[in-house]
Amino acid sequence: MEIAGLTKKKIEEMIKEGKRMDGRGLLEMRPFEIELGISKKAEGSARVKIGDTEVVAGIKLGVGEPFVDSPEDGALIVTVELWPLASEKFEMGPPDIQAIEMARIVDRSLRESGYIDLKKLCVKAGELVWTVFVDIYPINDDGNLIDASAIAVIAALHEAVFPELKEDKVQYGELTDKKLPLKNMPIVMTFYKVGESFLLDPTVAEEEAAKARITVAMTFDKDEVFIHALQKAGDEPLEEREITEVLAIAMKEAKKVHEKILRQLK
Amino acid sequence: MATYKRPDGREYDETRKIEAKVGVVKRADGSAMFSFGSSRAIAAVYGPRQLHPQHLQNPEKCLLRCYYDMLPFSVAERKRPGPSRRSTEISYVTTSALSPVLKLEAFPNAVIDVYILIIEADASTRCAGINAASLALAHAGVPMTELVSAVSIGKIGDAIVADITKEEEDYKIKKDGKEIKAATDIPMAILSRANKLSLLQLDGKVTLDELKEAIALGKKTCKKIVEIQKQALKKVKEE
Repeated sequence: MEIAGLTKKKIEEMIKEGKRMDGRGLLEMRPFEIELGISKKAEGSARVKIGDTEVVAGIKLGVGEPFVDSPEDGALIVTVELWPLASEKFEMGPPDIQAIEMARIVDRSLRESGYIDLKKLCVKAGELVWTVFVDIYPINDDGNLIDASAIAVIAALHEAVFPELKEDKVQYGELTDKKLPLKNMPIVMTFYKVGESFLLDPTVAEEEAAKARITVAMTFDKDEVFIHALQKAGDEPLEEREITEVLAIAMKEAKKVHEKILRQLK
Repeated sequence: MATYKRPDGREYDETRKIEAKVGVVKRADGSAMFSFGSSRAIAAVYGPRQLHPQHLQNPEKCLLRCYYDMLPFSVAERKRPGPSRRSTEISYVTTSALSPVLKLEAFPNAVIDVYILIIEADASTRCAGINAASLALAHAGVPMTELVSAVSIGKIGDAIVADITKEEEDYKIKKDGKEIKAATDIPMAILSRANKLSLLQLDGKVTLDELKEAIALGKKTCKKIVEIQKQALKKVKEE
């Protein structure tokens, strides 16, 4: 269901005046809710709702041979499945570019921020390491799936624990109380450009009116903010000024999101 | 009298706690959640809508397509994302479990898509999926003669029991010092009003008398399930 041209025009006009259809400010996120432990079979799992958008994410741990070029590092595999359950716009079949891009953005955000200390996932150097499987399934798409997915994954990793390992075999169903080695929590924020303005946390209608988007993953160390991953997408090119301005906003807004996530994870 | 004791202390004809909720996926035309204990399914319906490619269109009736799959983290050992032989077969039997109650001739050339995802699995997931899908179709306003209800009946040890768990599915007894499988899984879907079965599968070993007993228990259990399904629909009507 593509939004009618008239709706698109209306959205553009309102955003020009700094207004949105649902009354939010341009940088105002819808309230979000994190629910932990949605599947006891997972080593960690979470559901995130941002407005009507809902995403579930789960963590499974396995063991296997390390990659040849990193014999002492654990492995991380992030998968996104855009099941047509979540939107009339998704189709069955192998992951398309939208799903692959989402998975890669989340993967890079986790990897580059060092959220999971992969060095501590080594069982026997060169022989056996842990693999962290991250699976992301949107349940209802009302926009902003990238950011919602990142929050769901962070929450699921946060509560994940190792299963028992006996004679190099994972004892599924027998969980230890040992948490994953986690360090700097990345905050992933995606800005959408509609007309000449940037907005956060778009609905589907707003996403369809957008001509470009930019995703940034950040971590904090005291008062310093670091950027770990960036992704610009969409048909319209962006000016350097626009990008730096958006990133400056992102750094300020990310703190708020970080605090909100921490509050809900306690 | 049977001697088998259920590990969770349930009576033979007792299901796990059932939860049913309608309207869990806002974007869909109809949706529902259904769970037996921690076996939890959500279903979303899109349609009737236009069917592409055109050569699949049937001028006499609407096409019904069901898709069943499990989340990779719904089971102990991660399930690889994407369709498997198992999920393809379950999707197929789910379609024939649901289609008899639908007035598909009301929407020629169109398609109704039903998507079922298992959030957490502890056996009986295809039945939870059918129950959720049946509710989702009603929620979408697809004309139907009645709701479909499904349950997995098992012969575990020497007892016929309702709504089996994974632990029961894997039940073994010791014979001559060897462990042998002593569990039969019989998932079935019942049209309570028409008094018919639209799904019947079996894995294991039973006599005809035992099968009859299982179907009788399935019908009895589905009568209770259909009442819970109706309550869930009433609740959404009141909202």
